[in-house]
Amino acid sequence: MIPVSAVPRRRSLASRAVGEGSALRRMDGILLVAVAALCVIGTMLVWSSTRTWASVEPTGLVKKHVLNLGIGSALLSAVALVDPHRLRAYAPVVYAVAMLALIVVVTPIGTTVNGSHSWIMLGGGFAMQPSELAKPALILLLAMLLAEPAEGTDRPKTLDIMFGLAAAGLAMALVMLQPDLGTTMVLSVITGGVLIFSGVRKRWIGLVLAAAVIGAGLVWSLGLLQPYQVARFTAFLNPASDPRGVGYNSTQALIAIGSGEVYGKGLFHGGQTTGRFVPEQHTDFIFTVAGEEFGFLGAATVIALLGVVLLRGLRIARACEDRFGALVAGGVVCWFAFQMFINVGMTIGIMPITGLPLPFVSYGGTATFANMIGIGFLQAIHIRERSYMG
Amino acid sequence: MSRMRTRFVVLHVMVLSLLAVLAVRLWQVQVVRGPEFVAVATETRTRDVVVPAIRGQILDSAGRPLVRNRSGLVVSIDRTRLERMRDKGAGVLARLAAVLGSTPETLRERIRACGPGVTRPCWTGSPYQPIPVDDAVTTREALQILERQEDFPGVTAEVQAVREYPGRSHAAQVLGYLQPVTEHELEKRKGLKTSYSGVDLVGRDGLESVYDQALRGKPGLRRVQVDRMGKVIGIEQQVAPVPGDTLITSIDAGVQGLVEKALAGAMKRAPQADGAAGVVLDVRTGRVIAMGSMPTYDPSVWTGGISENEYQRLLSDKSGRPLVSRAIKGTFAPGSTFKVTSVSAMVKDGYPLKGIYDCPGAFMVGSRPFHNFRGIGLGPMNLHTALVKSCDTIFYRAAYEMWLRDGGMKPKAKTKDPMAAMSRAYGFGKVTGIDIPGESPGRIPDRYWKKNLWAATRATNCIRAKSGYPEVKDASRAAFLKRLAYENCLEGFQWRAGDAANFSIGQGDVLVTPLQLANAYAALVGDGKVRSPRIAWALVRPDGTRVKEIKPPVIGKLSINEETRAYIKNALSQVASDGTAAGAFGGFPMNLVRIGGKTGTAEVYGKTDTSWFASFAPAEKPRFVVVVMVSQGGMGGSAAAPAVREIYEGMYGFGKDHAPPVLTEPAKNPPVIKPDGTVKR
Repeated sequence: MIPVSAVPRRRSLASRAVGEGSALRRMDGILLVAVAALCVIGTMLVWSSTRTWASVEPTGLVKKHVLNLGIGSALLSAVALVDPHRLRAYAPVVYAVAMLALIVVVTPIGTTVNGSHSWIMLGGGFAMQPSELAKPALILLLAMLLAEPAEGTDRPKTLDIMFGLAAAGLAMALVMLQPDLGTTMVLSVITGGVLIFSGVRKRWIGLVLAAAVIGAGLVWSLGLLQPYQVARFTAFLNPASDPRGVGYNSTQALIAIGSGEVYGKGLFHGGQTTGRFVPEQHTDFIFTVAGEEFGFLGAATVIALLGVVLLRGLRIARACEDRFGALVAGGVVCWFAFQMFINVGMTIGIMPITGLPLPFVSYGGTATFANMIGIGFLQAIHIRERSYMG
Repeated sequence: MSRMRTRFVVLHVMVLSLLAVLAVRLWQVQVVRGPEFVAVATETRTRDVVVPAIRGQILDSAGRPLVRNRSGLVVSIDRTRLERMRDKGAGVLARLAAVLGSTPETLRERIRACGPGVTRPCWTGSPYQPIPVDDAVTTREALQILERQEDFPGVTAEVQAVREYPGRSHAAQVLGYLQPVTEHELEKRKGLKTSYSGVDLVGRDGLESVYDQALRGKPGLRRVQVDRMGKVIGIEQQVAPVPGDTLITSIDAGVQGLVEKALAGAMKRAPQADGAAGVVLDVRTGRVIAMGSMPTYDPSVWTGGISENEYQRLLSDKSGRPLVSRAIKGTFAPGSTFKVTSVSAMVKDGYPLKGIYDCPGAFMVGSRPFHNFRGIGLGPMNLHTALVKSCDTIFYRAAYEMWLRDGGMKPKAKTKDPMAAMSRAYGFGKVTGIDIPGESPGRIPDRYWKKNLWAATRATNCIRAKSGYPEVKDASRAAFLKRLAYENCLEGFQWRAGDAANFSIGQGDVLVTPLQLANAYAALVGDGKVRSPRIAWALVRPDGTRVKEIKPPVIGKLSINEETRAYIKNALSQVASDGTAAGAFGGFPMNLVRIGGKTGTAEVYGKTDTSWFASFAPAEKPRFVVVVMVSQGGMGGSAAAPAVREIYEGMYGFGKDHAPPVLTEPAKNPPVIKPDGTVKR
C-alpha cells in the first residue's frame, strides 16, 4: 500500500495537461469546440478553393494549412497553461519583440506581397507576418498598463493611459508604414476597447475618438493612403462605378455567395469557386466559398460559430475578477468581433474591402498563430478564474 | 469592476447586433436575391458554344458528290472581345497576322462589319459571332494559336467542315453557295438564333438555299465552364449535333460535264456569243439531268470568305455575270422552236392536221408583207414539212386568220387567242416551279398584256413622241424611236395583226427560258403532261435512311390529242436528218439513236440572233430532252445544234474520241447510300 501523501506530488507535464483536473480539462470546452469546428470548416474551404490551382499540387496548400493549425493548437495549449500573472509580467517583452519584428519588416529584409510590405521570408516556403502578432502583443501591453487603477478609484492612471496610447500609436504607425490599413484599424479598435473597459473617463474616450477622427483626416489629406485603398472606399460607396476594376472583387463575391442560395452547391461544386472568379478566395475572401458551396445554412453556421467564440470570450471577460484578465479577454473579443464583421461584411457588400482574414477560417500561417494565441489568452484567464473559484 | 461590467454589457449588445446584421444581410443575399445571383453566376461562369452540324452532301444520280465537305482548320476572331481591349485588339491581330502569314490590315478588313460605305472584304454576319478569317491553316499554325491563348485572346482554331466541289465548276448556278447568316436573317426567322453558330453559313441561291433547312442539320450545344480568364475548365452540358441530310439530285455529273463542255465550245465557235444555257431533262419523270449556264465560275471562291475582286467579278457585266443561271433566269425569244405550240394551236382551233398549206415567200399581214426566211417560197406542203423546213408564212397566215376571227383591231368582248392559250398550256409565261430560286416566268404577250404595258408606259411615250430622242446620236435611229413612241402613245394598247404574226413564229415580244422550252418539249414528246421539273431527287440521312423522295408534280396537260402529238413528234424526228439541223447532224448514227428536234433562230433588235436547238432522243421512244440556247450565237442550226450533237455523242458514246457512253438511259432509282455513308454500286 502506498500511503496517500498530503504533499502534492510533482506531476508530469503530460498528466498536468490532460489528466484529472488538468489545465486542458479546465478549459472552456464550448469555446474549444467552436474554434475546432471553424478550423475544420476552414480546412475544407481552403482545400476547395485551392484545388484547381495549376501551379501547386491540389492538396499542397491545404497540407500547409493543416500544419499551421497544428502549430497554432500547440501555441493555444501552451499559452493556455501560462498563468495570467506571468503573461502580465511578460507583456513588455512580448510587445518589444513584436515591435522589433515590425521594424524589421519595414527594412529591406521585409518582402512585399499584394502591395503590402508586411512579410518576412523565413525560407523553405515559410513566411511570417509580424503585424498579426502585434495584435495579441498590444492587447497584453495595454491590459498590463491599464489594469492597475489609480489609488482609491477604479480608473487607470493618466500616465498609464498616456503610455498605453503611445505604445498603441507606435504599433499603428509601424503597421501603417507597410502599409496595412486593415490591421491598423484592428489595432485601433483593440486600443479603444481596452481603454474603454479599463474605465477611463468619458472625456478620455471623447479625446481618443477625436484623435482618431483627426488622425484619419490627416492620413486622408496628407495622401498617406495608397491610391488602391482610396479606390476601395470609392467602390464601396458606389459599386457600379468600376465593375471590372476595384468593384470587381465585391461584385464577384456577392455573385458567388448569392448563387449559393439556401443549401449551397456542395463542397467542391461551386462553379464560381472552381473558376476562381473571386480573387484571394482562400484568404480574405474565403467566406465566399462558404457562401457558395455551403449555402445560407453553412454560411450562417460559420457566423454562428464565430458568435459562439465571441460570446464565450465575453463570458470569460465578465466572469473574470482580475482586472488584467478581464481587459485581455475584452481586447481579444474586440479584435475578433471587428475582424469578423469587416471580413464577412465586405464579402456581402456592407463593408468596404479591407485586407483582413476571417479568423480561424482563412488560410494564413501567422494569422492562425495569432488567433490561436488569442484563444490561448481566453483559456488561460478562464482556467485561472476556475481555479480561484475551485 | 462594476463600471467595467457595464461596459462589457455594451460590448455584448454590440456583438449581438453585429451578428444579427450579418445574418440578416446574408439572408437577403442568399435567400431573397439568391435566384438572381444564380442567373448572373451561370452567365459569368459558362459559355455556350454552338457545335455546328456537318452540312449534308449533294450527290448526283449515281451517288457521286457534287458538293462534299472536307475538314479544315478554321481560325476565327471574336470581334467583341477585341473591341473590349485597350488597344482594340491591335496587338492580337499583329501577332495573329505573323502566325498566319498575313497582315493586320487584311485581318482587320475581314472582321469589319459590312455596311453603307464598307464593301467587301467585310463580315456580313452578326458582330457577336466569331468571324472566320482563315479556313486553310496548318496544324502547326493552329497549335501556335491554341497553345498561347494568353497571346491570342478572342482567337480560336477549330476543325470545321468546309464546302468542297470535286467537280470544280460543274453546275455552279444549280448548286448555289453559302454565305454567313446575316443579322437581318437571324431576326427575320425566329428560332434561328439558337440553331446558328458563329461560323454558320446559310445557303444562298441554288439547291443550297432551297434545301438549306435539311442540309443544315441541327447544331449541337456545348455549355462549357470557364474560369475568370476565360479558360475552359470543364463541360457542363453537351448536346450532340445532328448532321444534315444528304441531298441526292437527278443531275448526272457526266452529262453535266458534257453540257458545260458543249456550251463552252459553242460560245467559242460563235464570236458574238455572250452567254449560253443547256438543259437535259428526263422526259418521263420531269427530272433535271443536267443544267448548265455560261459564263460560269468556280463555286469554291465562296469558301472562307470571298475577296472584293472576286465578288465584283461575279457581279460585273464584263465577265458576263456568271452568278446568273441563264437556264432559268435568262429570257429570250424562242424563234422557230416555238412553232410546235403554233401547230398545236392551229389543230386545236380546227385547222386539219393532215391538210395541205401553201408556203409562199411572203404573206401580207394586213398591208404589210411578212417574209419567209430569206424570202424563199416553198410551195404547198403539209404541217409536217412546215416544221421540218421551218416555213414561216403558213403560221403568219394562221395567226392572222385567228386574229381576224377574234375581231382584229376591234376585238370581241371575249377573244380566243388560240396561240397564246396553247403556249400557256405548254407552260410558257409562268414559272415552271423548279426547285431552285430566281426563276423567270418569261412572257406570253397578248391583248391584255399589251393594254397593261400601254397604261404603264403611255406617259413616257407621249412625252417622247413630242420631245423625241435628242440624246440618241444616230439621226435615223432617233427618228425611228420618236415614231415608235408616237405610235405607242396613240395606239400602243392595240394587239395588231403584226404582233399576232410575230408571236406565231416565236418572235416579237415572246420570251421563254431555256428550261421552259425543255419542259414544254418534254411534255410534247412524253405523255402530254406538263411537270414542274425537279433537281432534287431524295433526301437521306448520312446513314442512308430515306427521309423523303421528291417527285416532280404534274402541273398541266397539253390540250391536244395523242394523234397530234405523235404527228408533231414524227415531224421533228426528221429535222436532224433532213431539215434545218441536218447540217449539224451530218454523219450522226441516226440508225442507232434517232435525234428529234427543232432549230430556232430568234432575231434580237441590234444584236446577233439567239440560236436554239430543242431536241429529244431516241426519237421513237424519247427518254431525254436536250435544249441548248446560245445568246447572240447566230443560226439555230449552226451554233446550238452542234452543241446538242456533242452532248448526245458523249451520252451515247458516239464521239470521235470513242469514249464510253456517259448515260444512255436516265437513272430509274436514286442511288442507295449504305449505313457507312458509301454508295452501293
